[in-house]
Amino acid sequence: MSQRATSSSFSAPGREIGLYAAARYLPLGDCALLIEFGNTINPTANRKVISLDQAIARAGIKGIEETVPTYRSLLVRYDPTKIAYGQLIARVKDLEDTMEKSSPEAIGRVVTIPVVYGGEYGPDLGFVAQCHGLAEEQVVKLHSGQKYRVYMLGFVAGFPYMGEVADEIATPRLETPRVKVPAGSVGIAEKQTGIYSCEAPGGWRIIGRTPLRLFNPHQEPPTLLEPGDIVTFEPISENAFKASIEEQTR
Amino acid sequence: MKVLKVQKPGLFTTIQDLGRYGYLRFGVPISGAMDKFSLIAANLLVENDTNDACIETTLTGPELQAWEKTQIAITGGDCSPKINNQSAPMWQTLTVQEGDIVSFGRMESGCRAYISIRGGIDAPLILGSRSTYARGKFGGIGGRQLKTGDLINAFDASSLETVYEMPKETIPQFSSNLRINVLLGPQADMFTEEGVETFLSSQYKVTLEADRMGYRLEGPIIDHKERADTVSDGLLPGAIQVPKNGKPILIMRDAQTTGGYLKIAVASTPDIDALGQAKPNDTIEFSKVTIQEAHGKMREYNELLCALREKLRKTN
Repeated sequence: MSQRATSSSFSAPGREIGLYAAARYLPLGDCALLIEFGNTINPTANRKVISLDQAIARAGIKGIEETVPTYRSLLVRYDPTKIAYGQLIARVKDLEDTMEKSSPEAIGRVVTIPVVYGGEYGPDLGFVAQCHGLAEEQVVKLHSGQKYRVYMLGFVAGFPYMGEVADEIATPRLETPRVKVPAGSVGIAEKQTGIYSCEAPGGWRIIGRTPLRLFNPHQEPPTLLEPGDIVTFEPISENAFKASIEEQTR
Repeated sequence: MKVLKVQKPGLFTTIQDLGRYGYLRFGVPISGAMDKFSLIAANLLVENDTNDACIETTLTGPELQAWEKTQIAITGGDCSPKINNQSAPMWQTLTVQEGDIVSFGRMESGCRAYISIRGGIDAPLILGSRSTYARGKFGGIGGRQLKTGDLINAFDASSLETVYEMPKETIPQFSSNLRINVLLGPQADMFTEEGVETFLSSQYKVTLEADRMGYRLEGPIIDHKERADTVSDGLLPGAIQVPKNGKPILIMRDAQTTGGYLKIAVASTPDIDALGQAKPNDTIEFSKVTIQEAHGKMREYNELLCALREKLRKTN
């Protein structure tokens, strides 16, 4: 289900809006440094985030405790008793500079996510179709007909923020969020698509559900997806969904 | 080894250690004791490792029955502890006999107390920690707050010969009027100058919407320059975000790992422990420090924690 691939398939000319000329280094309290590459959701900024994240992991800098890649910034949590702030910035800047010169592409896995679209599994599929004057099948075709980049995981454990969906199916969030969205629900919020990894409240437009488990705290790593991965959705039948769920509980 | 039985659970009682580190990138919060200093002290008083799991209580404490003879220590906010209805001291080693009842009275100061058990609480290690993350339904006992009938296990350990006591001058005082050091940023430049000034010169009150995830604060409105939200980025405990309504939200240990509200400042690490003892209606005033000052305070705090074991007084 997963294979290595370069993300160069995501060439995005003209998408440089919101990218800073130079990265901003900002303190987030006394134990974390935030390195910002831009101020919008765009693949170029996210590629820089992931490249720097990988470079830091390779460098194994003493005093860096963990990193959190997000859309356009990398959070670096450090122990100030093990590395001085100035030294930390210098080391990360060094890595950022070499990363720029050799411009390595962030390499992610390709993961296919089976999804049963519509019906009780995707209560908002009809709304999304109606909203754009499309048939439900066309929405399914558009959503499952392209690759998405996993920009980050967050809000709840294992929830992947992915983008970007075709303009024809981009849909705003619900005005009033649902109190409970079942685990596995696949949703759209504007140009993003995501998967509820656990049951949680939420306002994304739910168009389907995957039988795959996206978060399992008893596994290492605990999530199916990681930032930088490439995701495609594969439509499956309700029977295939039920069979897959049954297989997992066996 | 079964040690304590939960007779009454209290308001919100969970198992916590120092937290779950290294999984923020997967969306897993750090969790852990809201007031780490008190948890560490509780552990040291029964010769445990500093990171051993303890019971964390919230405002109304639980009622616990000893399943067999053991040693415990109670630290944190002044929770008027009792053993068999007799007032028992905090911040020292206590021996409880089989059948003894440990209960709590009025919370005189602070919000949370910590109960350590000799040997440390035996709960499964999940992603490197025994801490309960109730929203994620994992950690501690069954991934939830304690309930009546739960049995709390501890690791086997020899009975202590020594009774320890924390010297008075080392016991933190939990005031209802907190002064908290903050480092401005990372998005303080997205607020008006007056907005930042309001934040630093006003008193904010902890509202009823306050739990392990965070506290909504009430007070003068902090003005943004233009937008109130940003592209979602990383969050850590201590961060203070200000949504569109201009009222700050303080992020605590169980908060989500990413968020899109602008962050005006972050509390200094030692002060996050003090914030962990804040309760509804307490007031908070924020003072600006530089990163050098913040790191200096953190070094002092670490030194204090490292020296804590030596500071304990042996009373027998």
